[in-house]
Amino acid sequence: MARSNDPEASPFRGQTITHATVQASPEVKADGGGVPVVAMDGVHFTWPGRPRFSLSINRFAVDAGDRLLLLGPSGGGKSTLLSLLAGIVKPQRGSIGILGTDITKLSGPARDRFRAEHFGIIFQMFNLLPYGTVIDNVLLPLSFSNSRRANVEAASSPAKEATRLLTHLGLSPDEVASHRASSLSVGQQQRVAAARALIGGPELIIADEPTSSLDRGHQREFLDLLFGDIANSGATLIMVSHDETLAENFTHVVRLEDFAQMERGAR
Amino acid sequence: MIVLRLALQSLQARWLTALLSILAIAFSVMLLLGVEKVRNGARQSFADTISGTDLIVGARSGGVQLLLYSVFRIGNATNNVTWKSYEDIASHPDVEWIVPLSLGDSHKGYRVLGTNQDYFKYYRFRGDQPLEVTQGEVFDDLFDAVIGSEVARQLGYKVGDKIVIGHGLGSVSFLDHADKPFRVSGILEKTGTPVDRTVHVSLEAIEAIHIDWQQGAPIPGQSVSAEQVRQMELKPQAITAALIGLKSRLAVFRVQRAINEYRQEPLLAILPGASLQELWELVGVAETALAVVSAMVVATAILGMVTMILTTLNERRREMAILRSVGARPATVMGLLTTEAGVLTLAGVVLGTVLLYVSLFFLRPIVDRLYGLNLAISAPTSGEFMTLAAIVLAGLIAGLVPAVLAYRRSLADGMTVRI
Repeated sequence: MARSNDPEASPFRGQTITHATVQASPEVKADGGGVPVVAMDGVHFTWPGRPRFSLSINRFAVDAGDRLLLLGPSGGGKSTLLSLLAGIVKPQRGSIGILGTDITKLSGPARDRFRAEHFGIIFQMFNLLPYGTVIDNVLLPLSFSNSRRANVEAASSPAKEATRLLTHLGLSPDEVASHRASSLSVGQQQRVAAARALIGGPELIIADEPTSSLDRGHQREFLDLLFGDIANSGATLIMVSHDETLAENFTHVVRLEDFAQMERGAR
Repeated sequence: MIVLRLALQSLQARWLTALLSILAIAFSVMLLLGVEKVRNGARQSFADTISGTDLIVGARSGGVQLLLYSVFRIGNATNNVTWKSYEDIASHPDVEWIVPLSLGDSHKGYRVLGTNQDYFKYYRFRGDQPLEVTQGEVFDDLFDAVIGSEVARQLGYKVGDKIVIGHGLGSVSFLDHADKPFRVSGILEKTGTPVDRTVHVSLEAIEAIHIDWQQGAPIPGQSVSAEQVRQMELKPQAITAALIGLKSRLAVFRVQRAINEYRQEPLLAILPGASLQELWELVGVAETALAVVSAMVVATAILGMVTMILTTLNERRREMAILRSVGARPATVMGLLTTEAGVLTLAGVVLGTVLLYVSLFFLRPIVDRLYGLNLAISAPTSGEFMTLAAIVLAGLIAGLVPAVLAYRRSLADGMTVRI
């Protein structure tokens, strides 16, 4: 269940939090022991060197197993929010709890490791190292995460798991595995990116407009495959988009402007 | 493993620019080491110019000057040594041999040296090598000349050719000794020393061609023909310098002192080795300049490599963002770039060293023939290894620049790459 606060409220701590209601779908699982997968509180962030831009979030929480669609206009701070969640940047104020760990308390390298262990990330485009083979691209996260490698090796082998994921996502590993990533079509590249995000079963999948470079037919197909795999692994999905028509596929839909204030620019 | 493989593949994907960077470094390293080899070769050739001679005697002037005109045939003597002094020194109990040198005339720009046959017996170069006559023989007749290899090659002389000695030292003589032509009796083997550029005649011949001269010009109406001069007693009045070999090297300082304190005439005796060293210190400035220039070329090549890495940095921000998204630390990203710079520099250094030895192998005979420079093909010295290591280190340090930039950008980019 995702909650967000009143956009009018001050972004700072100690303010009353209004829970903007988000339609909860019936199939939401009530697992996770009550601890939300994501819990952001009183977060305030400005990009280094760009003090005029700031993003403030009073409260934002996501429960385990959710498939959350985060809507917002382009340039609306969605990507900044994802960077904060993934621990790539650190807010100046506030706490970001991921799986019960406040990652703002972690050092930079520890956040990097935390991300490697618990996150799968899919970008809008340019997801792959173009000169690397497809299989190397899929296996890349295992070089940085011991637990994900252990997860994979407990069941099978890294190569086999990569093959399984690629097959599941509708790619024929025999044909593509040893190809360079740059030789693939954009749609195929996004599937490889999904396989990379999913390998080793990270708890959180973050996707930044992963379908915007695909045509509508392929969007549908890609999301179906992605959701199928996420349902298998029990991961939580947070996906941002500006495309409201995708909403029907998700358990929750929130708008960024409903719980975050963003300031940019001209003053 | 995968990360390293991907880094190598990244480099492979940019193979052309990477190869150019490696080549630039390789050529600069080759130049640097090559200059070092030439430097050592030149220093060695220089020191090899004369050996086996314990003392050089001339009129009192400076040690370097005496060395220059007596051995290198550069410049002029300020004064002569009288024959009497020469004979006195020759009779010194410690002196084993003494070779007179008489300079002052030239042939088409090449110096003419009046000496005796002992010169060919005692002059040594490059360790203990004696002069060898490749064609003909050492002068026997009064008007015989033995020429150095370069004289023979440049002027196309063969044994038996007639040559005319010009008076004075210009390359074009307005006054010459045309009435007394010489015959080339022998051609010396190449030595890589000033001997190659010298025309050797006997001391008596020098006397003979000047017998009807006074004050640097022929005495009008008093010409003495070549046939007449053969009948005359040709005892030299003076010589320019003399090479001395001692019975024992231990006596060097004693004899030197005796000559320097010779009362009848102000004379100077020098130890060739010491004066060569002194002279080299003068010449060595140019040599240092050369080394500095080649070091700058290396620095330029490294800068070029950093530029190459920097220009690819923008297109590689995607790469950085992806690596960070899967959990690579900024340190890993930095490490990759620094390693890349290190690998490129190392490859350049290795390639440059290999290229140097390959080209040394092929150019050595040519350089020896053209310049008389003996370039030794020897393993790099420890100093050269240190230089090479320093270059790799410099490449690594230079690689930190793009690495730090990439690090800062990867922090500022967050998850999105703004290209």
